Amino acid sequence: MSVLPLLDVGLALLVVAVATWTMAARDLFASVLGYVAYGLLLALVWVRLHAPDIGLTEAAVGGGVTGVLLVTAGKRLDALKAATSGAAPRLRVKILAGALSALVAGALAFVVASLPTPAPSLAPQAAAAAAGPGAGLGNPITAVLISYRAFDTMLEKIVLALAVLGIWSVGADAAWGGAPAPLRKARPDGAMVLLAQILAPIGALIGVHIFWVGADAPGGAFQGGALLAAMWMVAMMARLVEAPRIGSRALRLALISGPAVFLAVGLAGIAMAGSFFAFPPAFAKALILFIETFMVLSVAVALPMMVAGPPEGGQEP
Amino acid sequence: MNEILLAAAGLIVAAVAVGLARILRGPADVDRLMAVQLLGTGGIAALLLTAYATAVPGVDDVALGLALLAAFATMAFLNHLDAGEGGAEL
Amino acid sequence: MSFLADLVSLAAIGAGVFFFIAGTVGLLRFPDSLTRLHALSKADNLGLGLIVLGLIPRAENPLAAFKLVVVWALVLLSGASTAQLIGRALRRGRE
Repeated sequence: MSVLPLLDVGLALLVVAVATWTMAARDLFASVLGYVAYGLLLALVWVRLHAPDIGLTEAAVGGGVTGVLLVTAGKRLDALKAATSGAAPRLRVKILAGALSALVAGALAFVVASLPTPAPSLAPQAAAAAAGPGAGLGNPITAVLISYRAFDTMLEKIVLALAVLGIWSVGADAAWGGAPAPLRKARPDGAMVLLAQILAPIGALIGVHIFWVGADAPGGAFQGGALLAAMWMVAMMARLVEAPRIGSRALRLALISGPAVFLAVGLAGIAMAGSFFAFPPAFAKALILFIETFMVLSVAVALPMMVAGPPEGGQEP
Repeated sequence: MNEILLAAAGLIVAAVAVGLARILRGPADVDRLMAVQLLGTGGIAALLLTAYATAVPGVDDVALGLALLAAFATMAFLNHLDAGEGGAEL
Repeated sequence: MSFLADLVSLAAIGAGVFFFIAGTVGLLRFPDSLTRLHALSKADNLGLGLIVLGLIPRAENPLAAFKLVVVWALVLLSGASTAQLIGRALRRGRE
């Protein structure tokens, strides 16, 4: 084992270098590309840390969805910049901002440095819980997410729904209920249409596969949902499908189905197993898969709607 | 044998890392895009090699996810570039 | 038999690494974007293809081998179509 440490150190240095470049880049497009490269590298790092679950999430979110989100946001900022070109911040403001950043970084460093050894950890309790009510699942990470920290997991999905709501609320009043602008204005090339036609169905299959094996192997609801989201966006980018109107009942139901079903099952737990979010052991696995199915749906709908942005009233240019 | 697989992974990561210099230099946005695409493919190759050398379970699914998303960023960036040129060529 | 399999693996992976390095050199040294695109597709298609070929004899079961091939097929599909798209974008920019 002499090559492996070398590979790891090289990878770590590369991550820092790409991160630094991403921050220093002047050009928006270049720095977003740097960020995508950074996401891809982080996915490799997570795999080297024996956390393929997070590697998958990072690949889908950091390398994929966020890149598109940033580019779309940047495009809108460019449009805004033409209208409101403010003066560059003054030296005093720059120094103040720098000092504030240094203060926060210093405080964080202090906290991390002053942690007792061994660092306090909930890992033993989580592992015990995963072996208890989540014992039906072979993947301890899914077990912890759904049974040990069920409440957090549910709240995360509510945050997703709230984020989409926040983005929708930025749109003009007149556009409320309409569809977001398409991800591509120009007519797509034949090659892009062909790519999307083949890639999207295969990708959807792989997304479902990753969700399904998540019960017993690395993968899970968020990873599967994120891949499905990416494939929906592929279809939207090639204009195979259009973004739905935000007033659509089906869309809204899909968006909240994840947390809603989770909450309903959690409440039912009071009656069935004696406490909030407790699952009766006999059919814990079936229940968890049931909840996760709806969470996949919510994630797969929420991420593309965030990228698509606020409604534009369907008045296409 | 495993050492050789890891060495191969290291070489590929090193190679595509050097290729990332294209992100720095450009000059065109398309060149930067190509450097990231090379990093993606090289990353998949290195991932598969290390997975087979160290026997970490589930890594093939990560590679599958990365392969799916290989075209994703490129598509998005091309859409951006086409829009930037005002290029609705009909 | 396993010696033979190792030999195949070594040869294919070695060749794969070569194509990745060649692709990088091309990406850095070739004079314009279209020729760089040419270098990139060699690394994408042949480099990863040869690595996959070298790993197939080492796969634990047919499913793992199949996944390797799917990964390669996906990259081939993406590489081929995005090369088209990038090429067209370059051409439009030049006209």
